[in-house]
Amino acid sequence: MVSIKKEYKTVNRVAGPLIFVEKTHPVGYGEVVELNVNNEKKFGQVLETSENQVVVQLFEGTQGIGKDVSVKFMGEPVTLKLDDSIKGRVLSGIGAPLDGGVELTGKKHDITGAAINPYSRVFPDNCIQTGISSIDMMTSLVRGQKLPIFSGSGLPHNDLALQIARQAKVVGDKSEFLVVFAAMGITNEEALKFQKSFEESGAIDNAILFMNKADDPSVERLITPRMALTAAEYFAFEKEMHVLVIMTDMTNYCESLREIGAAREEIPGRRGYPGYMYTDLAMLYERAGLVKGKKGSVTQLPILSMPGDDKTHPIPDLTGYITEGQVQLGRDLYRQNIYPCIDVLPSLSRLMKEGVGEGKTREDHAKVADQCYALYAEGRDLRGLVAIVGEEALSARDLRKLNFAKAFEERFLQQGLDEDRSFAQTLDLAWELMRMIPKEELTKVGKDLREKYY
Amino acid sequence: MAKKAQGKIIRVSGPVVEATGIEVRMSDIVRVGDEALMGEVIRVDTDSFIIQVYEDTTGVKPGEPVTNTELPLSVEVGPGLLGSIYDGIQRPLQVLEDEMGHFIKRGVDANGISHEKKWTFTPTVKKGDTVTSGQVIGTVKEFDIEHKVLAPQKCEGSVESISKGDFTVEDVLGKLSDGTELKLSQFQPVRVPRKFTTKLAPSIPLNTGQRVYDVFFPVAKGGVAALPGPFGAGKTVTQQSIAKWSDADIVVYVGCGERGNEMTEVLSEFPHLIDPKTGKPMMERTILIANTSNMPVAAREASVYVGMTLAEYYRDQGYNVAMMADSTSRWAEAMREISSRLEEMPGEEGYPAYLSTKLANFYERAGRVTTLNGDEGSVTVIGAVSPAGGDFSEPVTQNTLRVAKCFWALDAKLAEKRHYWSINWLKSYSLYHESLRDYFREEVDKNWASKIRALMDLLQEEDKLMEIVQLVGSDSLPENQQLTLEVSRLIREELLQQNAFHEVDKYCPINKSNDLIDLVLHFREEASKALQKGVPVSNIIDSKTKYQIADVRMEKEHSELLKEVTKAISKEMEDLIKQYA
Repeated sequence: MVSIKKEYKTVNRVAGPLIFVEKTHPVGYGEVVELNVNNEKKFGQVLETSENQVVVQLFEGTQGIGKDVSVKFMGEPVTLKLDDSIKGRVLSGIGAPLDGGVELTGKKHDITGAAINPYSRVFPDNCIQTGISSIDMMTSLVRGQKLPIFSGSGLPHNDLALQIARQAKVVGDKSEFLVVFAAMGITNEEALKFQKSFEESGAIDNAILFMNKADDPSVERLITPRMALTAAEYFAFEKEMHVLVIMTDMTNYCESLREIGAAREEIPGRRGYPGYMYTDLAMLYERAGLVKGKKGSVTQLPILSMPGDDKTHPIPDLTGYITEGQVQLGRDLYRQNIYPCIDVLPSLSRLMKEGVGEGKTREDHAKVADQCYALYAEGRDLRGLVAIVGEEALSARDLRKLNFAKAFEERFLQQGLDEDRSFAQTLDLAWELMRMIPKEELTKVGKDLREKYY
Repeated sequence: MAKKAQGKIIRVSGPVVEATGIEVRMSDIVRVGDEALMGEVIRVDTDSFIIQVYEDTTGVKPGEPVTNTELPLSVEVGPGLLGSIYDGIQRPLQVLEDEMGHFIKRGVDANGISHEKKWTFTPTVKKGDTVTSGQVIGTVKEFDIEHKVLAPQKCEGSVESISKGDFTVEDVLGKLSDGTELKLSQFQPVRVPRKFTTKLAPSIPLNTGQRVYDVFFPVAKGGVAALPGPFGAGKTVTQQSIAKWSDADIVVYVGCGERGNEMTEVLSEFPHLIDPKTGKPMMERTILIANTSNMPVAAREASVYVGMTLAEYYRDQGYNVAMMADSTSRWAEAMREISSRLEEMPGEEGYPAYLSTKLANFYERAGRVTTLNGDEGSVTVIGAVSPAGGDFSEPVTQNTLRVAKCFWALDAKLAEKRHYWSINWLKSYSLYHESLRDYFREEVDKNWASKIRALMDLLQEEDKLMEIVQLVGSDSLPENQQLTLEVSRLIREELLQQNAFHEVDKYCPINKSNDLIDLVLHFREEASKALQKGVPVSNIIDSKTKYQIADVRMEKEHSELLKEVTKAISKEMEDLIKQYA
C-alpha cells in the first residue's frame, strides 16, 4: 500500500501516557502511531478511535509533548520483524537493538497474536528437562505448558530463571531448542547480569533476549511479552523448534497495566487493577501450546513476585486460574540457605501425569514423585510436633520421616547454580534418599519398582 | 436479495463499537466493518447505537459500514449437534480450522450444523393431523439417540403434506395449513428461554457416579449446583467427571474463558470413553462449547446462552440434559468488561449492578418440565465459580448461591492434602435432600435419610474432636470418642474420597455407594459392640479387616466380596471379644 501519511498537529490533551488527537482521517483501532517530538521519533498505539477524536497510548514517556507535536498514523498494528537472524540478539522491550547490531530484518508479524483454535491444539505430553531436580521430578515442565514461578521479593527467582535458560533441553528429540527471554521492568544491573550470563555460557546463540528496563516507559512493558511470544510462535510453528519463553517479572507487567488503566480513567477492579486483567493475562499465557501437524512447541515459564508473599493477591490469583499449575518458592527454605528454594508442597504441575513415565522420562517417575511428596509432607508436619514435644518423643518410624525431610531439603532440593541433573540422576538421587525408609513402608511405589530400584 | 441499508461506524474501543445511520432494535445481530464482523446491539441511543463485537476489532475504522441482519443472536438447532465442538457463537471449530488454519482469524461465517449431510426422516404425524408448536412431527437417528423433530415455535395447523425419506436440514419435509414449512432444523434466539408447558418438582436425582455428590450433596435432575473453589482445587476435573459419568442423556459442556489445553484434553479423551449406560462413546451424547480465555470476550458472554439453548432444545425432545458451565466467573467478568467499556455505573467490585438479575435469569432456565409435546425433560446446570483469592464472599459466588440449591464448596487445603474430591463436607450443602427423599427410599434404601444423617453427625463430631486432639493428642480422649475418630476416618477415606483415575473407582453407582455405607456402618456397629464388651480401643483400631473396605471399593462386581468382608469384620470383632471376655 503506497500512500502519503498525513501528519496532524491537532493534539488537544495529554494525560499520563495518553494523548488525544482531533480531526483526523478515519484511523483503525490498534494502529501504530509515530510522533515527532523535536525531531525525535516516539511511538504509540491507538486505544480508541472515533470520528472526532483518537486516543493514543504512547510507548515512551509523554515528557516534552505538547499540543504542537506532530502525529502520524501508520495504518497497521504493532509488528515485529522476524527471520532467522534474530537468534542470538539482545533487544529492547520494543524490539530495538541493544547489542549494537543492525535493525531487525524479515517479515512483519502482528504482535497481538491470534488465539489457537482449541480444536487444532495437541495435548502436551512430553517433558522439558530443566536440570533442576525439584522441578523435573515433582512439578515436571511439559512442552506446551505454561507453568509460572510464584516468587517473592528478595528470593532468587532470577538466578533460577537463568539457570533454567542455560540448562533447559529436550531429551530424545532432534528438534532444535530455543530460549526466548523477556525481562520486564528489571534494573540496569540485572539486565547486565542477564546479558553476561547468556553470553558467557554460550546460551545466547540459541536465545533471544528482550529487555525492558525499570526506567523505560512503563507502557513498553505491555509490548515486551507480546514481542517475545510472537518470536516464539514464529520459531515454534514456522520453524518447528521447541521454544521456552521465560518472562520475568509479570508483576511489573501488571503494574503497568494498572497504570495505563488509571490514566484512561477506567473503573478499577480489585486492588485498582483493571477488570480485564484476566483476559489480558490470558491473551499472553494462552499463547503456549502445540498445534496439529507441527513439531514445534511454545512453553512458558512466567515468573512473578507475589506482593507481600500473598498468593491471593490479584496477580498470582489470576495467573493461577489461567496457568497449568505453579512452582512456588518458599521464604523459609531460602532462610535455611537452600537453593533453589522451591517449596514442592504447594507447587503443582497439572500436565505432569501425561508427560512423564516410561519412554518419556522413566517408568518410576510418577510414583517416586508421589512417594517423596508424601514422605516430605509427613516429615514437615512432624516438625511442628517436635517443636512441642521434642525429638525424643517420636517413634522410630516418625524419626525416619523427620530425617528424610531434612535430607530431602539439603540434598534433593539443594543444588549448585551450575549443577545440571538429568532425569535419571534426579530419580536415582530420590531413590538414594528413600533408602532411609524401610522398603515395605514405601507403599506408593509398588512392589516391582521397589525390587528394581531400592 | 435487496441491498440492505448501510450505517456507519463512528467510534471503536476494543469490542465496543458505536455506529449510526440505520434503524436497529436491542439484541439485533449486525455486521460490522469491511470484514463484516459479527456483533450484537446492546444499547440504542438518540442518534447512535452501541454494538458488542464477537471478534477482534483491530484495524476497524470509523466510517466503515454497518448492516443489520434484523435477527437476534440465534443458534441453528437440528440433527448434527451431538459430537460437535463450537466456539462461543456456535461456529464449529473444525470448520474454522478448515477455513483458516490453526489460529482463529476473523470474518468467517460457518453453519452451526452441516447443511449437506442427509438424515433419514420418519414422520410420526400424517396428513390431516393437527400440529401445534413444539410437537414432535417425526424422528431421525442421531448416533444412537432418537432425535425428535419438533414443530417450529408459533405455528398451529393441520398437516397438508409430510414425506418420509432422506433430507438435509434445509429441505422442506412438509407443510401446515397455516403456511408453516416443516424442516429438520430451526433457528432459536439464545437469550429467550424455549417454551414448555409446566415446571415439575425436582424429585429425581442426577446420579453422577461420584459418592460425595450422590450420597452427601445430591443434585436433582433439573436442579442447579454451584461449584466454587480457588485454583488448583479441582473444579475442572469435577466438571469433567460429572460430564463423563452422570446419568444424563445429553451433556452440554461449556468451557467459558478457560484453558485451551483443558478443552483439548476433553476433546482427545471423550471419543475414547465409553458411556457405562449405553456402551457408546461419550462424545456421541456430548456437545462442547469452547471459548477459551484468549478468544473474544463478547463471544464468551454469549457462550453460556448458546449452551443453555442447545440444552433446552434436547430437553424439549424429552431428554435429561446436564449442562456444565466452566466457569461462570469468566462469564461474569466478560459482562463486567463490556459494562465498563459502556461506562455504566458499577456495582460491587466493578461488576454491573444487573449481575444478580442476569445470573438468576440464567439459572432459572434450568428445571424439569413437561414439554409442549407432553414428555418430561430436564436441564440440570452445574456452574463452576472461580472466586478471586478463593474468597467465597465475592459477588459472583454470593449471587449464584441465591439461586443454586446445591453448594459444593471446593477446598484448596483438602486438594493440597491430595484428598479428592476436595469437597469440604462441612461447608457444602444440598437443599434437595427433602425433595429426593422418596426417590432414595423407594429406589435405594428405605433407611437412606437416617443413614446419611448418621454419617454427617459423625463427621461433625469428628470436627469438634479434632480441635481437642490438636491440643492434647488423641490418646487422651475417651475410648468411644477414639472409635468415632476412626469411623470418621473411614468415612472420609472410603466414602468421601474417590480416585478419578482408578479403572473401577472412577464410577460408583448409587447402589454400590449404599453398600459401602452399610459396610462402614457395619464396622462401626461391630466395633461399638466389641468396645462395650471390654475390648481395648487400640485393638479395635488396629483391625485388619477394615482395610478390606477399600478392596470392595475397587472391585467391579463387588457383591460377593461385600458379603465376605462383612463376615470378616464380624468375625474379627467376635474373636477380639472372645479374647478379652
